[in-house]
Amino acid sequence: MDLHFGDSKPTDEERSAVDALLGPPESSWEGADRSDADLRWARGGREARDRRDLLLPGLHAVNDRIGWISEGALDYLCRRLTVPPAEAYGVATFYAMFSVRPRPATVLHVCTDLACAAAGAPRLCAGIEARLGPGSGVSVERSPCLGLCERAPAALAIKAGDPVRTAVSAPATVEEAVLAANSPGSAPEEPPAALAVPQAGQDGLMLLHRVGVVDPSSLDDYRAHGGYTALRRAFELGPAGVIREVTDSGLVGRGGAAFPTGRKWQATASQPDRPHHLVCNADESEPGTFKDRVLMEGDPYALVEAMTVAGYATGAHKGYLYLRGEYPRALHLLEHAITQARARGLLGDDVLGQGYAFDIEIRRGAGAYICGEETALFNSIEGYRGEPRSKPPFPVEKGLFGKPTVENNVETLVNVLPILTMGAPAYAEIGTGRSTGPKLFCVSGSVERPGVYEVPFGATLGEVLALAGVREGLRAVLLGGAAGGFVRPDELDVPLTFEGTREAGTTLGSGVVMAFDDGVPLPRLLLRIAEFFRDESCGQCVPCRVGTVRQEEALHRIVERTGADAADDIALLREVGRAMRDASICGLGQTAWNAVESAIDRLGAYE
Amino acid sequence: MTVTPLGIPRRMLEFTLDGEEARVPEGSTILDACRAAGKDIPTLCEGDTLRPKNACRLCVVEVEGARTLVPACSRKAEPGMEVRTDTERARHSRKVVLELLASSVDLSTTPEVAGWLKEYEAKPDRFGPDAARLNEEPRVDDELYVRDYDKCILCYKCVDACGDQWQNSFAISVAGRGFDARIAVEHDAPLTDSACVYCGNCIEVCPTGALSFKSEFDMRAAGTWDEARQTETTTVCAYCGVGCNLTLHVQDNEIVKVTSPHDNPVTHGNLCIKGRFGYQHVQNRD
Repeated sequence: MDLHFGDSKPTDEERSAVDALLGPPESSWEGADRSDADLRWARGGREARDRRDLLLPGLHAVNDRIGWISEGALDYLCRRLTVPPAEAYGVATFYAMFSVRPRPATVLHVCTDLACAAAGAPRLCAGIEARLGPGSGVSVERSPCLGLCERAPAALAIKAGDPVRTAVSAPATVEEAVLAANSPGSAPEEPPAALAVPQAGQDGLMLLHRVGVVDPSSLDDYRAHGGYTALRRAFELGPAGVIREVTDSGLVGRGGAAFPTGRKWQATASQPDRPHHLVCNADESEPGTFKDRVLMEGDPYALVEAMTVAGYATGAHKGYLYLRGEYPRALHLLEHAITQARARGLLGDDVLGQGYAFDIEIRRGAGAYICGEETALFNSIEGYRGEPRSKPPFPVEKGLFGKPTVENNVETLVNVLPILTMGAPAYAEIGTGRSTGPKLFCVSGSVERPGVYEVPFGATLGEVLALAGVREGLRAVLLGGAAGGFVRPDELDVPLTFEGTREAGTTLGSGVVMAFDDGVPLPRLLLRIAEFFRDESCGQCVPCRVGTVRQEEALHRIVERTGADAADDIALLREVGRAMRDASICGLGQTAWNAVESAIDRLGAYE
Repeated sequence: MTVTPLGIPRRMLEFTLDGEEARVPEGSTILDACRAAGKDIPTLCEGDTLRPKNACRLCVVEVEGARTLVPACSRKAEPGMEVRTDTERARHSRKVVLELLASSVDLSTTPEVAGWLKEYEAKPDRFGPDAARLNEEPRVDDELYVRDYDKCILCYKCVDACGDQWQNSFAISVAGRGFDARIAVEHDAPLTDSACVYCGNCIEVCPTGALSFKSEFDMRAAGTWDEARQTETTTVCAYCGVGCNLTLHVQDNEIVKVTSPHDNPVTHGNLCIKGRFGYQHVQNRD
């Protein structure tokens, strides 16, 4: 590889941000002063190239310190890692949270997605923009779902510097959001995660039973509330025993695809190729979804323990926790939890004195919904554009860094703890035959008590809505998120199980239950969904890249039309949607049309 | 015609292609098998010298048991697989993909597309006059080649040819995301400020004419480009001892562009800046 770097130089600040991550450069080949040794041999090369996966952390380092990524900073980072500048530019421009153009140090992300839009985000945006015009030192950006739907509308301020400061304002008023942007350091603290769990402290909870009960920053408190009994049990059972328990429990993935977890673990564990990797998908970006955030903020050690169990069972010694960039509080709590666990021998070379080595590294996403797709997530960690790979080969065979990888989302992993402590048979008795265990639902929109609810599989949609106190005049419920589907108010008896929703022609998806009353303009909502997918398409394959644009155009044309006036465009939507579902590379393109289609077919959106 | 090495013998596998038994060597793709059986499957991003990117999704076929359609160019044939290439479902996707492409970019210099549009009854203009298009001006940074991204279908072939698959210059990449994704050099700079070494291998693999020789671009603009009047002569490059083959495209006794045969076992269609562009002295008649 014969790399060409331009002559743009980093500023001292940019250089120091990169060096803080990578250490000082050793040779002039990677940006240090020239020494005698540089005339004899070149450093960098393969050794540096093997650290390609530090590209995304490097971009974060610069963006966190300066607020944007200049040519000089990008080239310097490329020198340090022997990454071609064109590729790094392609990566930097892929993520919404990065900018390669100058911008103010403070960025205020104002959520304009489904729940927030229904809660007045457009007014909030206009108010904020009126107050924080040009010259205010704040760049106001409209953001897809920030995962704060229970406190809609929401805003997230990020002020670059050393250290970077963040502040969340939700529910946001113009004054509070402006305050958060102007001085994130002194903005009022967020309410505890338990406020997002109306059931907090109730008996019978399995996944949420510690949220609001334990101090999320105290390992001792976690242990006092049953923490680390599952890992001890795992060591008693041995890796094969753990996989047997998980298989017998009937646990299936909670990320939306509902694949049997035990089978996935078994397939990875039995691969001869080494090393094996574990990836926790905490890139929760589905509009309307916030359960993983609440779990991570309310009970972070549970995830650390669950990842350790999963790593042990599948023969992985390294776990990557891919956390979405919009969750600063979850990041801090998990960083703290991992450090504490390491200090106490619960992570590291010899976990619990059992001779098993395991450690967890957090990788931050940077604003890309597509990175929740499992193979796109691998590319993102490896320092490439977050584009999905085509399958086969499947991750259990060739995943992260081309090695056998098991990837589970946060909720799936946290389910492993009760499976081990109560035993597979007891766990399998919860729920229904094919959908076992407890399930988390993110209820938001037109309800009295929005939040995360835990119910055993089999509860009906109406029962979950009743828990949250649905308001008068229910018009529709979005089930499963933007990639899910709408159901009518007369369909509330649909059982919330994988098989029950499938029979009803809809999906559980990521566990979103978003209620809309008749005050919500449905066509506008559908337009927002289409806009979301157009924004979030990676652009790799034609059906998704162009199809999402054509669909959004058609929905724009019919936003005020019904009946015969809309018929042609609805026919067009159907044709494009069918091709997207059939021919797109990944789930994003394949499901982008689901919600709109269901609104047309089940709600009669344009009749 | 050059001699193509046969490679090590491979076992044959059997599967069903449109209801008929097909026998192909292990490792063949469905597209290989289709071509061996004389079936014409449209594809734009597949390249004979590059690993399939399967980004255009034009070659999709139906595989029994698969939830979605499958790209024939990259999916390997498996024993017992049942593949149907010409179903209503596959044809529908190809039609829509052609419409989506033709409505967003200029395919006027993409060979075979006009025929496919007709065959699949694709109507690219049904998305209306306001359908988003790229609408970019050609970028002319130098005397060797032109980047006309209004014709770019993002097949990734130039990225792969410039990167680890052939040239190892890594001068081009995809930047941005979604409909705004574009082929770009670092910092979206002019080509002359980039890591480009002007080998022209990206032009060699470009399926749509988004990357072209300046000579061809100028002649097209002047209305003098006429492939019917061109002859092609393959010869050996005289610059060094590697032995690359050059195909000289000659119109009116002038070399108008230089390509290289893809079946050459040494270079597989790749050249360097001298072989590709250094022909002016041949026709210097002063």
